[in-house]
Amino acid sequence: MKRPRGTRVLFWAAVAVIAVVTLFPFYWAVRTALTVPRAVYAHPTSFLPPALTMTNFERVLGLIDAVTAVKLGGSGQSINFFIFLRNSVIVSTLVTVGQTFFSAAAAYAFARMRFPFRRQIFGVYLSSLMVPGIVVLIPNFILVRTVGWLNTYQGIVAPTFLFSPFAVFFLRQFFLGMNRELEEAALVEGAGRIRIFLQIAVPLSMTALTTLAVITFIYTWNDYLWPLLIGKSESVRMLTVALGVFRQQGAQNMPDWAGLMAGTTLAIIPTLALFLALGKRVIASIGFTGFR
Amino acid sequence: MRTAPGAVRFPGSASTAGREAGLGLLFILPSLAGFIVFFVVPAVRGLLISFTDWNLLTAPRAVGLANYAALLNDPDFWNALKVTALYVLWNIPVQTVLAVIVALVMNAAARSSLLKGMVLLPWLMPNVVVALLWVWLLDPTIGLINVAVKALGGPLLPFLSSPGMALPTIAGINIWRYLGYTALLVFAGLQTIPPEVYEAARIDGAGDRQTFWRITLPLLRPVLAFVVVTSVLGSFQIFDTVAVTTKGGPIATTKVFNYMIYQQAFERFQMGYATAVSMVLFLILVGVGLLQMKLLRAGEAET
Repeated sequence: MKRPRGTRVLFWAAVAVIAVVTLFPFYWAVRTALTVPRAVYAHPTSFLPPALTMTNFERVLGLIDAVTAVKLGGSGQSINFFIFLRNSVIVSTLVTVGQTFFSAAAAYAFARMRFPFRRQIFGVYLSSLMVPGIVVLIPNFILVRTVGWLNTYQGIVAPTFLFSPFAVFFLRQFFLGMNRELEEAALVEGAGRIRIFLQIAVPLSMTALTTLAVITFIYTWNDYLWPLLIGKSESVRMLTVALGVFRQQGAQNMPDWAGLMAGTTLAIIPTLALFLALGKRVIASIGFTGFR
Repeated sequence: MRTAPGAVRFPGSASTAGREAGLGLLFILPSLAGFIVFFVVPAVRGLLISFTDWNLLTAPRAVGLANYAALLNDPDFWNALKVTALYVLWNIPVQTVLAVIVALVMNAAARSSLLKGMVLLPWLMPNVVVALLWVWLLDPTIGLINVAVKALGGPLLPFLSSPGMALPTIAGINIWRYLGYTALLVFAGLQTIPPEVYEAARIDGAGDRQTFWRITLPLLRPVLAFVVVTSVLGSFQIFDTVAVTTKGGPIATTKVFNYMIYQQAFERFQMGYATAVSMVLFLILVGVGLLQMKLLRAGEAET
């Protein structure tokens, strides 16, 4: 479509503004993470890192001992983002695998099988989307505490491992739209439902399952309040929680911005990698789930 | 919902139907168990806890409606209501207008996938990360924005530490995070408008501005309604950004509902009172949701 020159200029100006506003905060975090802490204070506006270094990353990953860390401008607190990264990976992977699989099984049943109270159960599932998370958060905290799962992976993972109303809804929509012929042919040949589900429905819906898995992984990775309540101890602390702690522990007069931004950058990288690899599907799914 | 949309009807006997029913229940069993244990039971339990006085250490004591009565006389509660409502009022109008603009830009782009991916980036990041990026940029002493403003001769802008600016600043941070996502929803709505409609408008001599106000916006209405209702309900539940940036301060000007509940439950261990506030928040959200739908429907009838 040929557009008048003025409109085109306006368009590119808008794109430029959007790009700068969106990307600059990320750039500034990386730039700060790559800067020697003292230079962060000495040159607060220098566009490029005024004194390039990788030591901030080494510091927050616990690769440098406390004395050297203090010399380099850290607070000397023991920070080990390796553990927190590991914890985030473990928790997010567990939730993603469990939630995707069990939601797929349920969604398949809702879409294809007949059983008592099918519509009612699905209706109740959907209505749970309306209830704010805080309502069940406190009782769930008490439950996890009662069974002694505070500061354990299973405690963090439990509430989302088996069930997500969104996941069931999303996958049910997909299964409903899937061509049924293959499954019916298999049924006629005497294949059982479990085999049909695992060997026909799941392989055919790999795209939808991957999209959902990516979304679930990112959501779990990003979660803050629940892991903050359940996983305070370092052995299970997730990256988001660790970043919050890092910010609060820092010295008040001269916060360790370089270290904090190094930790922040570490939290950004996995999501970014996942998105670069599979982002198109996630984008497409937003248009899809936007219209219920 | 249609009846049994997916089920294959088989001429089989009652026993096959019975087996299918059993299998169906088996398929949903894990998910149903998770739903009951971590949603249904806690929801009911939360309601029951709200009728007690309980600090987690001693046995809960039944107090009837005392928590709800106390809440009506608690300035903290009314403050949370005011702050949360103000936050929504800062957040939603700005975010929605900007999202429409960004969606129009996407729509004007010949190939928009790069643009879409870019604007979605902040939404994919943890709230904590987004909050920290901005805490750093907005820092009063050496944050880039304040240093730049100072260099240009401007005043010190204590974004997150001034009672007047903290709440709009938090709203701004969250607008930055959600803008791309919201714009993508609006964009999907724009895509559903058939090109013939624009064609017809052009033939009738409508200018760009007229086309936007008379055609695009009215046709976007269902999508915008969906976007506004879901974002309002989401905004009412803001927590992470407040927890990382201001912790409810300065002088409680950012103490939104979820932060107040968090403090009551996990800093003061007033489980009964905290759950009572959460139940009231739930009722408020139901009310706000219904009200919005009614307003949006009423508007629909007019046009």
